Amino acid sequence: MATTTVTPAVPGRRRRASLARREARWAYLFLAPWIVGFLAFTAGPMIASLWLSFTEYDVINSPRFTGLDNYRQLMSDPQVARSLGNTVYYTALHVPLVMAISLGLALLLKRVGRLSGFFRTVFYLPVMTPAVAVGILFLLLLNTQDGLINRGLALVGIDGPSWTTDPDWVMPGIVLMSLWSLGSTVIIYLAALQGVPRDLYEAAQLDGAGAWARFRHVTLPMISGALFFTLIVNTIASLQMFTEVYTMYFGNRQTAGSFSSDAASFYVIHLFREAFQFLHMGFASAMAWLLFLIILVITLVQVKLGNRFVYYEGEDR
Amino acid sequence: MTTTSQPPAAGAVVAPVTAPGPVRQDDDGRRPRWQRVLFVLALVAAAVVFLLPFVWLVGASLRPREYVFAPGLLPTPFAPDNYARAWDAMPLFTWLFNSVVVGVAAAAAATLSSAWVAFGFAYFRFPGRNLLFGLVLATMMLPFAVTMIPTYLIWNRLGLVDTQVPLWAGNLFGSAFYIFLLRQFFLSLPREYFEAARVDGAGYPQLFWRMAFPLVRPALLVAFVFEFKASWTDLVKPLIYLRNEQLYTLPRGLKVILDRFGYGGEQQWEVVLAASVIATVPMIILFFLAQRHFVEGIATGGRKG
Repeated sequence: MATTTVTPAVPGRRRRASLARREARWAYLFLAPWIVGFLAFTAGPMIASLWLSFTEYDVINSPRFTGLDNYRQLMSDPQVARSLGNTVYYTALHVPLVMAISLGLALLLKRVGRLSGFFRTVFYLPVMTPAVAVGILFLLLLNTQDGLINRGLALVGIDGPSWTTDPDWVMPGIVLMSLWSLGSTVIIYLAALQGVPRDLYEAAQLDGAGAWARFRHVTLPMISGALFFTLIVNTIASLQMFTEVYTMYFGNRQTAGSFSSDAASFYVIHLFREAFQFLHMGFASAMAWLLFLIILVITLVQVKLGNRFVYYEGEDR
Repeated sequence: MTTTSQPPAAGAVVAPVTAPGPVRQDDDGRRPRWQRVLFVLALVAAAVVFLLPFVWLVGASLRPREYVFAPGLLPTPFAPDNYARAWDAMPLFTWLFNSVVVGVAAAAAATLSSAWVAFGFAYFRFPGRNLLFGLVLATMMLPFAVTMIPTYLIWNRLGLVDTQVPLWAGNLFGSAFYIFLLRQFFLSLPREYFEAARVDGAGYPQLFWRMAFPLVRPALLVAFVFEFKASWTDLVKPLIYLRNEQLYTLPRGLKVILDRFGYGGEQQWEVVLAASVIATVPMIILFFLAQRHFVEGIATGGRKG
């Protein structure tokens, strides 16, 4: 099919059609790596993992079809429930906190002019730190007796909790750690804020809008796209939290003492251990598909709700 | 527009309603000096909070073992030989070298293949283009856990488990985020420019290599530094694919160091901390070299998404 808009004179038409065909051939040649990769490393594995989720498979013996057994087990497994509960709890704390603090920092950055470059760098440096190093660092910063955080709390008269050993405080400790790496969100918000046309503020001011009214009715709607984007991206990422927490509480270390690693179990960590430590590849595949469904549903709900506020309303919740 | 002035909520920007008049070009111009000082002070406080963990890390990594958890941030007493001990205790140089090799391979593969594919999406008009591009974007949402196991089985079947190949070879097929990013840049190039070259007899690969590729160099650097950082900090793939310690990348090695020297019973935290600094410093240097590209990449992703 020729897609050119100009209709050529009759003799040229056939040449153009063959040109278009040749162009399409080249187009697919350019796309070929992605298409091959998509089939081999995305679509193929998706089908394979869906099939594996109905089997029992330990890599050594060939998969044995077990119907819905894995899914039934999934629903009644307390460790799966615990890790999913932890993950949702973490996400529910992490995402709103990251968004609120990042927005606050971005609003400040926008107001200090040229100085903002320096502070932006400071806020982004933690993002550059390898996640394993972040896990190690916070394992020690959150140390009950000697950690910097509890020492700081002691300065203001607070007796800090046992962040790394008390099951009730493990998750808040992890959330605290996660907030250190919010730099990307700050940069996204700052870029969005800088894109708000100045005359909107001037017009609002001429109409007598106060600072809060300008924020509520100009700033928020104008950056709602960025808010929406970070809501979705941060949610998807935090539902898949792995490296920092795995570093801190899992692996070959003996989880010594009173602490049970269940309190720090995240969904993807549990999935990973099922797959590669216990070689329950079928069960882990079922876990992966449940996660996919959860992420899909949450994202669809967010998109649905998002369409209501993005560009029209200033409220994101 | 609301004309009622509501009381500012906590955390909201407090600015007095100044009389409408000529507004200066700069946003700061309208604010009284004391307010700007307040903003800067708030940012300084936040910056201190964000920097303290780094300061503590470096300070503690330079203290003798029994002083690692001592109060204070400064490296006193001073024990720089922690670094030598970490360096000697584990094959840190090998891991550093592996991380560089794998990182460069992963970044180069992702950048080149994504650029090639992105040019296809940007330049050509062909049936199914929007559908395919939608598919590219959709893959960004797929949790890695879904494809993790079959992908492992593929590399296992190919006999490449316990080699570094699975750590970068998957990048040869283009990566959704970079395809998206680079396509934006290719779309901004004027089409007539390429059509003129076509008339002069240039083939499509030439259009890509000789013209488009050099023109989007800043965007290529964005993709390269992002993927290099992603590879450098990744623990999941080395955890799945590498058994032989000589093949480890730094994060994988660092995890071993933590398990062996930290909680593994020896409690040599000064070694763990020194190794953590060694793993982090290259990323900090990379950021200062390529700060512009990181910021641009994040801002573009956020704006367009």
